Amino acid sequence: MTVIAELQDIRHVYLSNTPLATVALQGAALSVHQGEIAALVGPSGAGKSTLLHFLNGLLRPRATGHVCVFDQDTGDPHSDIVALRQQVGLVFQYPHQQLFERFVGDDIAYGPRQQGHSHEQVTETVRWAMQTVGLDFETFVDRHTFSLSGGEMRRAALAGVLAMRPQLLVLDEATAGLDPRGRREIHHLLRHLRDEEGITILLVSNDMDEVAELADRVTVLHEGQTVMQGLTREVFADRQRLAAHDLDLPAAGEIVHALREGGLAVDLGAITVAEAEEAIWQAMTR
Amino acid sequence: MDHPFIRIENLSYTYNAQTDAPIPALRQINLTIARGEYLSIVGHNGSGKSTLAKCLNGLLIPTEGEVLIDGQPTRNEDALIPIRTQVGMVFQNPDNQFVTTVVEDEVAFGPENLGVPRDELRRRVDDALIATHLWEWRKHSPRHLSAGQKARLAIAATLAMAPDCLVLDESTAMLDPVSRRNVLALLQTLHQDGLAIVAITHFMEEVVPADRVIVMERGQIALQGTPRDVFAQHETLDRLGLNLPPAAAIARGLRQRGIDLPPGLLTTQELVRHLTQGKGAGA
Repeated sequence: MTVIAELQDIRHVYLSNTPLATVALQGAALSVHQGEIAALVGPSGAGKSTLLHFLNGLLRPRATGHVCVFDQDTGDPHSDIVALRQQVGLVFQYPHQQLFERFVGDDIAYGPRQQGHSHEQVTETVRWAMQTVGLDFETFVDRHTFSLSGGEMRRAALAGVLAMRPQLLVLDEATAGLDPRGRREIHHLLRHLRDEEGITILLVSNDMDEVAELADRVTVLHEGQTVMQGLTREVFADRQRLAAHDLDLPAAGEIVHALREGGLAVDLGAITVAEAEEAIWQAMTR
Repeated sequence: MDHPFIRIENLSYTYNAQTDAPIPALRQINLTIARGEYLSIVGHNGSGKSTLAKCLNGLLIPTEGEVLIDGQPTRNEDALIPIRTQVGMVFQNPDNQFVTTVVEDEVAFGPENLGVPRDELRRRVDDALIATHLWEWRKHSPRHLSAGQKARLAIAATLAMAPDCLVLDESTAMLDPVSRRNVLALLQTLHQDGLAIVAITHFMEEVVPADRVIVMERGQIALQGTPRDVFAQHETLDRLGLNLPPAAAIARGLRQRGIDLPPGLLTTQELVRHLTQGKGAGA
């Protein structure tokens, strides 16, 4: 599989050379493969959000470390950061920090307008982006940005990023604060973007159930370092190591482990509710 | 005392009520919350949960009906300071809530402004920092805390007001699993110490320790009862688009496959107990 983003030995200190210096990253690594849904997990404070800033040149490696995203070496001062920011779309944790225009349509049109497209092209792109995220064009295009509900705001922020036609979509806690139905809709949307639009996805999530449901591969960050990397099932197979990094298994995984400890000969590989149900059924009817 | 701790009578709240585009958020809610009760509120985004929470300490004043805290209507402006002391609010994004640059100042800010005497203030701040495991961070800036620590700081700042009730609006939504567990454990400890807890959440497993859960839908209470009773109403929950807690979802699936499990199973421990006792029942 083609690697489209490769980050190695990334270090970052906030407020460096001050008494308040805080080490955020100390040797983090991340790779993203073309066409996958990748997940970045880790306890809060592990440096996940900081690491994302290296993906589109918001932060760049200085003395150490290497970043190569879509063949751009961002450590090189001559790298084309403008092109990179079009290719890598970042959706932040709090959508209201990302929306700034008065009207939803203008907010989503901001990127394509900056790219110098014609009025018709911009309208077409906005329409596509809004329909893709499930915001009806006619209903929402002239709505005030700040009259949107939490779920709608998240969709609008996502549509604004999609309108840039990125090849890699990076989402920081895309579903935090959404109700279960809203979460399922976003999951469906992300799969659609990957399968139908060919967009590679990297999601940062604290919800291990969501990661188990969606991700092909998982990278675990702990105290600024990458401590585990692999297929989702492989990473979730090592419960002890995850626990050492302050992480849980998905709920279904914790449940099958508890059943095994209680004496039921259940297979421990389940990471989703459906898999756990099947594994328990197998164990009960064997 | 013959009046309940919190009494909500016929509460309706409408945003933009005075304009030609009113948005009704709550419709004729009736609810009482007992002293020391642990109440969980779930429901869709937009179902009125946060509006209801904001009505509990007079951040929003009912468009119609009354909210009475210890018998005092939130409509009564003179009662607002005692009401906000009694009912403390913790929001989802604590950064919006912080006003100082040092953790212990943040915790002291509320009670200091109420004129709590020096010794009492020191004791409350220390107690709140210890209860929320932030003691060793007391000299740091809130900005440099992790998300989980910030959530606990928001709780500490509210605890220092010596409230009778904590209202938490999705205060675990942004947390990693361990921080979330820590906050939930903290809530249970505070509840055991006699504090009433009103917790809004989208995580169904967080509802399990509550005494009572209410499910909001379109500004009304669609369902209420103990978590066990509410999560037994599968069809209604499906219709409302809500999940079961994971252990309950697994139990439901197994029961449909013919495994003998009682309805209303909620926790992993219960599932383990029943499955390891009844082992071989399906064979």
